[in-house]
Amino acid sequence: MKRFVYADNAATTPVSQTVLNAMLPYYTEKYGNPSSLYAIGREAKKALEEARANVANHLGALPNEIFFTSGGSEADNWAIKGIAHELAKKGKKHIITSKFEHHAVLHTTEALEKEGFEVTYLEVYENGIVKPEDVEKAIREDTALVTIMYANNEIGTIQPISEIGAICKKHGVLFHTDAVQAVGNIRINVKDENIDLLSLSGHKLHAPKGVGALYVRRGIRLPNLISGGAQERGKRAGTENVAGIVALSVAMDEAYANLEERNERLIRMRDRLIEGASKIERSRLNGDPVKRLPGNFNMCFEGIEGESLLLKLDFAGISASSGSACTSGSLDPSHVLLAIGLPHEIAHGSLRISFSDQNSEEDVDYILEVLPGIVSYLRDISPLWDEIMNQNK
Amino acid sequence: MAYSERVMDHFANPRNVGELAEANGIGEVGNSKCGDIMRMYIKVEDNVITDVTFKTFGCGAAIATSSMATELIKGKTIDEALKLTNAAVMEALDGLPPVKVHCSVLAEQAIKAAVADYYTRQGIDPTPIVGKIEDCDHHDHCGCGEH
Repeated sequence: MKRFVYADNAATTPVSQTVLNAMLPYYTEKYGNPSSLYAIGREAKKALEEARANVANHLGALPNEIFFTSGGSEADNWAIKGIAHELAKKGKKHIITSKFEHHAVLHTTEALEKEGFEVTYLEVYENGIVKPEDVEKAIREDTALVTIMYANNEIGTIQPISEIGAICKKHGVLFHTDAVQAVGNIRINVKDENIDLLSLSGHKLHAPKGVGALYVRRGIRLPNLISGGAQERGKRAGTENVAGIVALSVAMDEAYANLEERNERLIRMRDRLIEGASKIERSRLNGDPVKRLPGNFNMCFEGIEGESLLLKLDFAGISASSGSACTSGSLDPSHVLLAIGLPHEIAHGSLRISFSDQNSEEDVDYILEVLPGIVSYLRDISPLWDEIMNQNK
Repeated sequence: MAYSERVMDHFANPRNVGELAEANGIGEVGNSKCGDIMRMYIKVEDNVITDVTFKTFGCGAAIATSSMATELIKGKTIDEALKLTNAAVMEALDGLPPVKVHCSVLAEQAIKAAVADYYTRQGIDPTPIVGKIEDCDHHDHCGCGEH
């Protein structure tokens, strides 16, 4: 029987009922401006600072190390451009990153290259994991920043963040991580892992779109992002998104309250989906099978193209993704899949499914019921599949 | 990026899909690296395309433009079929998103390639009649301006 399966939680997640209930009063009753002196202003300020302390606590950070932003992309841009420009004053104009970062990072480093910065893009190998020794080898006298994502948004691979953090600390180089996909899915402690800056986003963990945060270790000089009022300690002016910030804080509480139990369930679902889909001939799993986000499935099916696969899945009620959502407007296959060494023609046929707490084993059953038929239909009408079969004879 | 209802209809229910056993002209354009390949099968009798089918590897727009192109040339003379432009295929589909325009070009070229193959099989040099077939090579030098 047809059902609706939302399986694109790496793109965005629904706001949870608890989060919605927590945030709504800040639109209608507790709508005061946190900068105002009177009671409802103070009430909003209190909520804002409690949220900051709570978000900090979940990351092992201090409240004054958390700066709220409009989301992950803003946090990434601020961290990377800010540190680059600050340290360029001391002649440090080299940045190390990886080939498969989110575009919020890659397009930022490309913009910096145009300004005269040098950027090293590290290999991520077939399993989609950066080697810490490569980071160490790439560090130079003039390296200002290392920025490596915590977990990849397409193939879900988890990076050796604490090893990289330790290397950066040893060499006195700042370390930023885009943890947009990791926060809420992995326990993170910025101090233990030697993370100097960390970006996160609310809508990946059942908070609304338009809120995120940047953690900046105390003592790091980061230039101001928005000039204006004294909000966010004068670094990012503009009246705070109080409802969104409260939502982010509550969403982190929810995500970390039952993390181990949920992850155990999601891993079971993910692995069953991988096992089932692997029975489709000429399919392959992208990224490390173990060091990956609990809810992430990413596979390629030879001889078919990802967009038609997505449209067919959508007809069957399944919302999924091929490459990253940001990639779908362009014609090039995903830079992530190319970075792990897939040829173009195989990279075109990728499918990403990402589960959250709201998915069930029944969803896995339904996807496995529908997917093989769709792949087989598209292969039947594909001249590329004919070619593959003929070569195989 | 959103597809028109016509595009979605032709993608969901493609017309004339599959191989054509009696085909006397088969043309293939595009390549797997680019992400789309169209293969057009035509059966020509007395200069008329009496039957046509296609097989396509590609996105929703690639499948829909192939389907529409077969509908537009079925029962037409070769001359009429060769006059079919990508703009006409797009118009019949109520438009395509800008990044998908190249799919309609591919459909136009697939017809030309099938006709060229038909002439070749008849021992006739197709080049003066059909012209050059633009087989979209890879991004950097395909010249379709879409990448």
